[in-house]
This record gives sequence, structure tokens and C-alpha cells, in this order.
Amino acid sequence: MTVVMVFLAVIAVIIAWWLAQQRLASKPWLEVGHTHDHRGIEPVPAAKIGLGVFLAVVGALFTLFISAYFMRMASSDWSPMPLPRFLWINTGVLVVSSVTLHWAKVEAERRNDEAARTSLLVALAAGLAFLVGQLFAWRALSSAGYLLSGNPANSFFYMITGMHGLHIVGGLAALGRVTLRTWDAPIDRRTRLAIGLCATYWHFMLAVWVVLFALFSGWANDVVDLCRQLLT
Amino acid sequence: MAVVVILVLLAAGSVLFHLLSPWWWTPIASNWNYIDNTLIITFWITGFVFVAVVLFMAYCVLRFRHRPGNQAAYEPENKRLEGWLAMSTTVGVIAMLAPGLFVWNQFVTVPAEATEVEVVGQQWLWSFRLPGADGKLGTSETRDVAPENSLGLNRNDAATLDDLIIEGGELHLPIGKPVKVLLRSVDVLHDFYVPEFRAKMDMVPGMVTYFWFTPTRTGTFEILCAELCGVGHPQMRGTVVVDTEADYQTWLAQQQTFSQLTASAGGSSTAATADASSAQ
Amino acid sequence: MVDVRSGIGEAVPPAEVEDVELYHPHSWWTRYVFSQDAKIIAIQYSTTAIAIGMVALVLSWLIRLQLGFPGTFELIDAERYYQFITMHGMIMVIYLLTALFLGGFGNYLIPLMVGARDMVFPYANMLSYWIYLLAVLVLAASFFAPGGPTGAGWTLYPPQAILSNTPGGRDWGIILMLSSLIIFIIGFTMGGLNYVVTVLQGRARGMTLMRMPLTVWGIITATVMALLAFPALFVACVMMLFDRLLGTSFFMPAIAEMGEQLEYGGGSPILFQHLFWFFGHPEVYIVALPAFGIVSDLISTHARKNIFGYRMMVWAIVIIGALSFVVWAHHMYVSGMNPYFGFFFATTTLIIAVPTAIKVYNWVLTLWRGDIHLTLPMLFALAFIVTFVNGGLTGLFLGNVVVDVPLSDTMFVVAHFHMVMGVAPILVIFGAIYHWYPKVTGRMLNEALGQLHFWVTFLGAYAIFFPMHYLGLVGVPRRYHELGDASFVTDSVHSLNAFISVAALIVGAAQIVFLFNLVWSLRHGREAGGNPWRATTLEWQTPETPPPHGNWGKELPVVYRWAYDYSVPGAPEDFIPQNQPAPGRMSHEAAS
Repeated sequence: MTVVMVFLAVIAVIIAWWLAQQRLASKPWLEVGHTHDHRGIEPVPAAKIGLGVFLAVVGALFTLFISAYFMRMASSDWSPMPLPRFLWINTGVLVVSSVTLHWAKVEAERRNDEAARTSLLVALAAGLAFLVGQLFAWRALSSAGYLLSGNPANSFFYMITGMHGLHIVGGLAALGRVTLRTWDAPIDRRTRLAIGLCATYWHFMLAVWVVLFALFSGWANDVVDLCRQLLT
Repeated sequence: MAVVVILVLLAAGSVLFHLLSPWWWTPIASNWNYIDNTLIITFWITGFVFVAVVLFMAYCVLRFRHRPGNQAAYEPENKRLEGWLAMSTTVGVIAMLAPGLFVWNQFVTVPAEATEVEVVGQQWLWSFRLPGADGKLGTSETRDVAPENSLGLNRNDAATLDDLIIEGGELHLPIGKPVKVLLRSVDVLHDFYVPEFRAKMDMVPGMVTYFWFTPTRTGTFEILCAELCGVGHPQMRGTVVVDTEADYQTWLAQQQTFSQLTASAGGSSTAATADASSAQ
Repeated sequence: MVDVRSGIGEAVPPAEVEDVELYHPHSWWTRYVFSQDAKIIAIQYSTTAIAIGMVALVLSWLIRLQLGFPGTFELIDAERYYQFITMHGMIMVIYLLTALFLGGFGNYLIPLMVGARDMVFPYANMLSYWIYLLAVLVLAASFFAPGGPTGAGWTLYPPQAILSNTPGGRDWGIILMLSSLIIFIIGFTMGGLNYVVTVLQGRARGMTLMRMPLTVWGIITATVMALLAFPALFVACVMMLFDRLLGTSFFMPAIAEMGEQLEYGGGSPILFQHLFWFFGHPEVYIVALPAFGIVSDLISTHARKNIFGYRMMVWAIVIIGALSFVVWAHHMYVSGMNPYFGFFFATTTLIIAVPTAIKVYNWVLTLWRGDIHLTLPMLFALAFIVTFVNGGLTGLFLGNVVVDVPLSDTMFVVAHFHMVMGVAPILVIFGAIYHWYPKVTGRMLNEALGQLHFWVTFLGAYAIFFPMHYLGLVGVPRRYHELGDASFVTDSVHSLNAFISVAALIVGAAQIVFLFNLVWSLRHGREAGGNPWRATTLEWQTPETPPPHGNWGKELPVVYRWAYDYSVPGAPEDFIPQNQPAPGRMSHEAAS
């Protein structure tokens, strides 16, 4: 459970940092008057905060999977699974998707609707390609005899990549909706915000994937070992 | 007023119930009277706090209940009072925690001279294994469980062959000698629980758990299962008998070793199938 | 207070908080059924939770009938008994308490108390309820599925949860249970995001964090905890579904079930317990913190006195919330995990006792020199303190690792957690319903029926659970379908069991009085007016009662003071609403 404790510690630091600015030591009964609201005039859009909180939840979910992975790994029956080479290609595709989405966001902010539309489409296509690639990876693995219930390492691989894939599917649905919206009408403030949110989500899912990739390929172990050595 | 009376009665009734009720722990039969003492300390501290809080509430309701013309005081906080209360709570907590951790340290430190006894749980039966002449328990594996080897013992381990096996019978223990109880399960979670010994521990398939104690009183005690293990959970009973040393030796001499059991269970045919199954 | 600037003279900006665009319902369906109004959603959540809670109540009757009079009711065989306790536990913890406090009270009170028109994501809020309803239906469906609901105990410990000697283990029961939990968590996340972001972004002008009522503090802290803790249950459920349906061995070691070797191997049952309790312990506080918050407001309002030590109360809530993530393994002292963990977890657990005790002191010190109106909400609040202190103190037995050893898995544990997270929070729920029903419906609940309900419930529940601790002390294990014969099971143990069962039946019956009161008062209750308790918080200052969609009419409220200005010296009345400027006092402050 160390991994999730570290994750929660990070969340706790963020919450503490935010609370520290909220004058929790003030004595509210002495402060009658309306002027003590230190919130800015231009508030952050609620959707942005909402996405941030949601990503914290998703982060907790994946760190818990990873914690379980490490704890189960301690059993003697664990035998790591070789990863198919084209997971590298999938990773590249997801990077492309993430980068183009970021580009879409930038173009939308520059009011280049046409360019934004195109890059949204590319990002969407790349996202779909990633999913298809993941399915291929599954097929390649199972035809090579690495079945879901064969070994806990396999089970974790299928389960966690499946969970990641489901999150990508959800992201694609949202992205598809936004793309459709840009097709119907010029890109307004709301749509710009939506593109930005999609981009943030996408970067996050990319980061999750990179961590998972490192986990399955065994590098994460080396990192963990290194941390352990540093601590002791 | 009814509220005040009832709150006072409730506090007094709880204390009286505690003092007068016939429901109290079973007479202890192990060295863990330390646990009982810690429990008593906890009862005193928590009981005092409970009565104090409830009586204080009753007094407040009596004294400050609404009557026409009353006005409440305006007192947002009182740092000194709050600090004082927090401090005394901390002291109370330490007074409970310190002996608790002290005894826990004893609980997890098994004395070197403790003899090992294995208890195996399966739905819904207790079995026991004692080390044989070599003083060692052989290895075991759930995978090796078969009709004629219900404890899944390793036949290829020399230390196993002279182990004494008691399937579904009584476990006897000598008085005054520390025992390290090794706990194992071949199917689901169980928990070896003898109320008179105070100690208990879950049995988890796939691993060996343990605890230790020293029997301090001869007698026959009932073993219960304290971790839900399926529909037969309440029926999973066994017996442990604490004997004097002489009685214990007599009993020990009557027990069968693993090799005697397998031999009597039916010769070479079953042994062959068992080898086949363990070879898989 | 140099930085205090006076509000008079300055033009008060009407609403610098961005006014939300409300969804305007077009038909009866979108107004009352697929409503996006948090208040309607709150009522939907509460009704559903209470409905499924009634099922749990009936189950508790059946459980008590069996325990009090074993062998009398042939209907309740071992299989059914285990199904009943499992469903009773899970329904009460998740589908009633969590849903009611967060989905019900959270939805109703957060927007009103912070001065918002609605939740920030009304559509997701609506979806949250419908997904919750689906989860409840899936759960209820398991009663009718072949093999019946799961009988694994609410902790669902593997391996037995998915084996054939457990009811529902190889049938539909466990699958439906796990699916229902997964659905519930998805739905809750949607709602939870709303509660958090509404408190972060939706607060009215002037509503700083330290002016929020403790109810909001309790609910919001619990929501943040739930958002971070529920994923652990989600992960555990997904992994167990894999084990059950796809033959993986995450939690399943090699098993010889009744002598027959199963396909599993190598898995770790303890891993499940870690995941389960990583969720399960915060869950206790997810239920407790909203209750703490609400009861603070009930006591303050009905004692006409500011809550004592408001700042300490806020800090305590936050600290308890944070600490509750590092105590989970105190549920696993005898699970076979590394025994040295016991030192750490016993220490953290007992540390939590300090902020919790401070909360208790501050509640009773709020009564001190108050002007205590013994209204129904106040009675329930007093009863809460009694039961919570009792249950909290027995927690010190179980948290102190070595004392837990003889008591764990006995009726002592059952008595402890029922007292502390069953009876105590439910008494708060009742108090809160008596308190806010006038705002929700515009009418008061009937006082006489309420008194009857209160006394039977409070004294009855105490009579059930206080003696039950002593059964555990004797050594009676929990989750025993029947006690059978054992040397320590004397006749008096059986009579105590019978007594507890009779008390449980009576307390259960008293809830029918409550339900009748809820329905009857809808039409026949006394007209309440907008602020019957003369309370300060914003929800009582709405222009209309019950508040319509959008809550505030034309202009959002502006907040000038904290939530506890009761009996302020020199004020004409014994309460000053949060949205009322007080020129005289303020200029004095500003001058200093």
C-alpha cells in the first residue's frame, strides 16, 4: 500500500496548501462584514476544478491497482510476461494523440477554427488507433499463450490495460462530442474550454499509460528498488 | 426534567449493569492475564469519561434549559479550557496505549523455548499436528491435500513422517509450557479461538500464521471458529485439553504418526495416486 | 482586527459569484422525475435510501428473531441467516448511510447553506441519482436471483465469498453484489464531484470557508474522503469479479475445498482485506463526519448558543479525515498480517481519539450556559452524544491492539460498531429530519409522535447494544447462526439474547411511527413558516419555503457573518441570520 500512501500524501499536500490560504486560523466571529472573501474576481471555471478532482479520483484508482500489483507480486507464483514490441508503437500513437490535442487547444485559443478542427480529428483518430493497437496487443499475447488466468502478471496486465482502455473510451466519447460541436458552429468560449479539458484529460491518461508501461516492463521495479535503497 | 432524570438513570444504570451483571469473561487459562489487566484499565478510564460526559450533559440540561427570559452566553471559544481538555485526553489515551503496546510486544515475541503445535482448519473441522521424535514439523502444501492426506503434508520431507496427526480429535497441551500455535487453513479463512486463552488468530489459506501462549490451568476447553467460514461456521468446534505433564505424556504416546496413518489408510495403491497427484 | 473593513457605505456587489444558468424543466417529467434540481434529487436519494433501509430493518428483525429464539423459526436456516446479515450490513453502510448523508443531506443542504442556486453540474448530479437507483435495483435483484443474495458477510472476504459453501458464492449473489457496488461507486463519484466543486466554486459572496456551517464542513470532508477511498473498494470488487468469473487468482490461494482441489493458486486473501479496509475505515468517518457536522448545528441552534470552539471543530474534522486514511489495518489485528504493524496502527488509531474527544467536549460545552430548547432535534442530538460517546469509548478497546485480541470477532465488535456508526449517526439523521423537514415541506412534523419515536428509539437502541458488549466479553462470537452449546454459554446468555431481540423488535416497530409521521405531516402538519427554529444559516433565509428551483429568487444572498451568531449581546433577537448586515457592531469593529 506504499504506492497509494505516497499518492495520497501528494493529494494531502495539495489540499493542505489550498487550505493554508483559506485563513483557517481566523476568528470568524470577529469579522462581521462581507469583505473577507479573497476569491478572485475571475473565477476558475467550475468544469476545470471538476476535472481536476476527477483526475485525483482516477489517479487514486490506478495507484490502488498498482499497489495491488506490487503486493501480489511478492507471491512465488509470479512470472513476468514479455511485452509485445508494438506496445511502443501504441505509446507513440497515444503521444501523437496527446500532442495534437494540445495543438488543437492552442489553435482554438488563437481562433484558428479550421486548424483546431483538423487537429481534433487527428487526435480522435490517433486515440482510436491506440485502442485498436491495445486490442492487437491483447490478441498477440493471448495467441502467444499468455492467457488472462495463466499467471497473476498476465491477469494484472489485461485488467489494468482494460481499465485504462475504458477510460480512453470515455475520453473518446467526450472528445467526439466536442469535435461534433466544432463542426456545427464556430468555436465559442464553452467549446474552447471543452477542448482544453479534453487535452488535460488526455495528457493525464498518457501519463498513466507511461507509468503502467514502465510497470509492466519491469522498470518501475527498478525505480522502487532504488527508492528502497535510498531510504534504508 | 424527564430528560435529566433519564440521562442520570442511564449513566447510573450502565455502571450498575457493569458491576452487577452475570456476564463477564470466562476464567482465564493462559498467561495472558496481562490482556485482562489492560482491559480493566481501559474499562476504568472509559467508564469514568462516559459517566462524566453524561452527567455533565444532564446537569447542563437541568441548569440551562429554556425558561422565559433566559439568554445564552456568547462565548465563541476558550483556548485554555480546550487546551486543558485536549491535554488530559492525551494523557488518558497514553495511559491506555502504553500498557497496550507493552503487552503487544510480549504477544508478538515468541519465547525461544516454546514448542510448536500446528492447527489446521478446514470446512468445518479442526485438525492438529505435533512434531514427532525429531522435534520438527515437516513442510506442507495445500496442493498436496488428497483424501488420504487431508492436511496436505509433504511425503518427501523426512521431518514429516514422524509428525503426530490428530484429525478431528482432541488436542492436548501440557500445563505451564509455552506453546507456539502455527495456524494453517486449506480452504477459507478460519480463526482459532479459545475464549479462556484470550489469544486468537486468523488462519489464512496459503500462509502460516501464529500466536503463542502458556496454558496455566488444567481442564477441557472448547475451540470455536471466529472468522466466518461458510454455512457451517458455528458448528466448527473442537476441544483442547490442558493436562499435567504425566497425563500429557500418556496421551502423546497414544497418537499416531503420519507414516503410521498412511500405512493404515490403505497401502500402496493410495500412495501411488497421491504421488501422481503431487507430481502434477 | 485591523484588516476588518466595514461593509457599510460600500456598494455591495450583488453577485460576483457567477450566476449559474439553470436548466429549465419543460415538463412534469423533467421537473419531478428526471429533475436536475439538487433539492428534488436529494428527496429522490433520501426516499430510495430509506426504502432500501426498510429492507435492512426487516432483515435485522429476522436476524434478531433467530438469535433470540434459535430453532423457533425454521424459515431462517443457516444459509438465509448469512444472507440476511450480509445484506443488512451492506445496505446499512453503503446504500442507506452513505447515500443518505451525502446524496440526501449533501444535495439538499450544500447549495442552500453556501448560498448557491444549485449544484455546479446539475446534469451529472441527476445521473448520479439514477445510477444509484440502478445500483440499489441490482442489489435488490439478488434477492430474487437463483441461489439468492450473497451470504459472505458484508466484508465479502475471499476465498469464502466466491466458494460453493457460501450462499450465492457460485451463483448470482456475489456477482450482483460486486456489480452493484461498482455501479454505486461510479454514481457516487458523479455526485461527489458536484458536492466538492459546489463548495469550492459555488459559495455566495462573503461565504468564506470559516463562515460555513459545520454541516457543510462535515459533508464536504466526508465527500473528499469518499472520493479517495471508494476507488479501493472499486479495485477490490473488480479484482474479485475477475477471480469469480474469469478464473484469475488475485485473492485466491491454492484451495482444497472439501478435499477437492480448485483451479486457483498463489493469491492473497490479505490483499483483499487491505484494499477493503483501506476503503472501509474511511467509510466509518464518511458516515460519522456529516453526522458530526449536522449535530453541531442542531445543538447550536436549539441551545441558542454559538458552537463552542468553532475553529477547533473545523480543524478536528479535517484532521480526523486525514488520519482516518492511516488506521485501516486496525480491522486486521488478528488477520495474520505482519504483527509488527500492530504497533503503528494502534498508535494512529488512538491518536484519532484526541480530536474526536475534543469534538465531544465542544458539543457539551455548547450546552453549558446555553438556553436549551428541548425540541425533538435537540433530544436526538443529546441522544447522539450519549450513544456516540459510548460507542467511541468502546472503540478504544478495539483500537488498542492487545485488547482487541480477545474481543475481535465477538459480539463486542458488533455492539461497538452498531453503537458508533449505526445508532449514533441514525439518531442524527432523525434529528436532522425533524429539523429540516419544515424547510423541505413547509410543515412541522407531529410533536407527540416524534416524542414517542424518540424515546423508544433512543432507550431501545441503548438497551439493545449496551448489554450486547457483555455478550462479547463472555466470548460469544459474531456471525453465529446459532450459539449451540459451549461451556461458557449459560442460560443467562440465552435470556440476554432474547431480551435484546425483543428490544430490537420494539425499536424497529417505532420506525413505523416515524414513517407514518413523515407521510401524515405532509398534509396535516402545522404550518412552519420560513424559519421556525429562528436559525442563522442561509437555508432558513430563502424567500420562499419550500425553496423553488434556483433557491434564491432574483438575487443571490450576500454573507456578512459566520453561521453561529446566536444570543449576541446587545442584538435585538437571539439570532442574526448570516445574510444580515449589522451596522452598529460592525462600525465598532472597524474602528478598533
